[in-house]
Amino acid sequence: MPGPIVALKRAGKTFGNGVSALEALDLDVREGEFLTLLGPSGCGKSTALRMIAGLSQPTSGALQWRAGTRPDVGFVFQEPTLLPWASVWSNVYLPLRLTGVSKAQAGPSVDKAIDLVGLTGFERAFPRELSGGMKMRASIARALTMRPPLLLLDEPFAALDEITRMKLNDDLLALKAELGTTIVFVTHSVFESVYLSTRIAIFAARPGRIAETLDIEAPPVRGEAFRLSPAYADYCRRASHALHAAMGRAA
Amino acid sequence: MSGSAGRLSQWLLPLAVFCGALALWEIVVRVREIPPYVLPAPSLIAKTLVQDWSTLSGSLLVTLRITFEALFAAVIGGAGLAILFAQWRWAERSFFPFAIVLQVTPIVAIAPLLLVYLESETAVLVCAFLVAFFPILSNTALGLASADHNLVDLFDLHRASRFKQLIHLRLPAALPYFLGGLRIGGGLALIGAIVAEIAAGSAGQGAGLAFRIVEAGYRLNIPTCSRRWR
Ligand SMILES: Nc1ncnc2c1ncn2[C@@H]1O[C@H](COP(=O)(O)OP(=O)(O)O)[C@@H](O)[C@H]1O
Ligand SMILES: [Mg+2]
Repeated sequence: MPGPIVALKRAGKTFGNGVSALEALDLDVREGEFLTLLGPSGCGKSTALRMIAGLSQPTSGALQWRAGTRPDVGFVFQEPTLLPWASVWSNVYLPLRLTGVSKAQAGPSVDKAIDLVGLTGFERAFPRELSGGMKMRASIARALTMRPPLLLLDEPFAALDEITRMKLNDDLLALKAELGTTIVFVTHSVFESVYLSTRIAIFAARPGRIAETLDIEAPPVRGEAFRLSPAYADYCRRASHALHAAMGRAA
Repeated sequence: MSGSAGRLSQWLLPLAVFCGALALWEIVVRVREIPPYVLPAPSLIAKTLVQDWSTLSGSLLVTLRITFEALFAAVIGGAGLAILFAQWRWAERSFFPFAIVLQVTPIVAIAPLLLVYLESETAVLVCAFLVAFFPILSNTALGLASADHNLVDLFDLHRASRFKQLIHLRLPAALPYFLGGLRIGGGLALIGAIVAEIAAGSAGQGAGLAFRIVEAGYRLNIPTCSRRWR
């Protein structure tokens, strides 16, 4: 078994204003897993994810990449954050464009990414013409264009309605099964974390750290059957319990 | 049906209100027998406009040309400086105070000085430029800084250079702000030009609109004055 793609070694983050968002965080991201960071808001989940993306530097500790340096990573924000003046196609092309790949060369990758999220036919639509769920799909397609080995998502579905969220959860699992991408997913929903993950890291707040991790043994592509199974209910209960224990300890 | 009715009220209603206001003005002047050097009737203004069109149109052209030249210079200077500020923070810290000092100094205070230093037409141009410059600078700077911070992160994630960030993110994000500044700046450039022309007074050889206003004012030729102010 090869080592983790990236390992956070006692990583800490204290912001300029003195807020200590993370303290001595130890976290491995393993090849092929769907890792969820679960915790109440303000416990440092986004900070940890941004550290992995290289958007934020740890103020103590370090990150160890298996490849020596950070590979390409895809990042999906809580909001779709599309360029409002550009079509879906141009938005999905953006990462390749920024790395200097021509439109013609990028064409197949962009079309494929759009196809993967089910937006074929909407290439020329502008973000304002899309529903919230479709905007998020475009945002995921953009994160996939470079085919990153690691995909990071920060509460991507938190602003969507329940039904859209369930659909996108299923589609994300199908995507992962097809591409084999390693995923780190941030959420504050116990149900979402259990439904999606192969492993859950439960955060405690102030300062942020991992209180407990929970492995989920379930088939990679799940569905209503899993959602209604006793195993799902049992995992939810355990995750919820661990979360409350972590929060109680913090309070 | 509702579409044509909507269009009707969109054009017809404002037109009717405008004509009504003019009619009311005309009636008040006639009924109260207000002398034209206090308040000329709209009909008299129109008549004067037609009579003096040959001199007025020339002056109008002079003032408009100066206004557009000043606006053009303000766009180049204002937007250019805003881009400079966005790319280099030290440039913003060093030069923004100057821009603010210029902005808070009333143009009527600077105009006489400029008229001493420069030829009158150039002075008028510089005055119009100075008042149009700031709204374009500050609006564009605001627009360049308004880019979504998550999108900025995305550009950083893909190691995009500051130049690429400017081209693909900050400039498009700033466009609506810039256009807002342009609208304000356009109106101010005209006002700046006229104020400077007035300050130039009889020294103004350019014979712009304001020169005619001042000249007519001396002769108590109010219909010409008010026509220019409209
Ligand atoms: N740029 C920043 N400057 C100062 N404090 C920050 C910054 N970003 C986050 N924080 C603080 O760090 C803590 C963790 O934030 P975050 O990682 O966003 O939490 P989460 O994503 O779990 O809700 C919070 O208390 C937040 O206020
Ligand atoms: Mg967050």
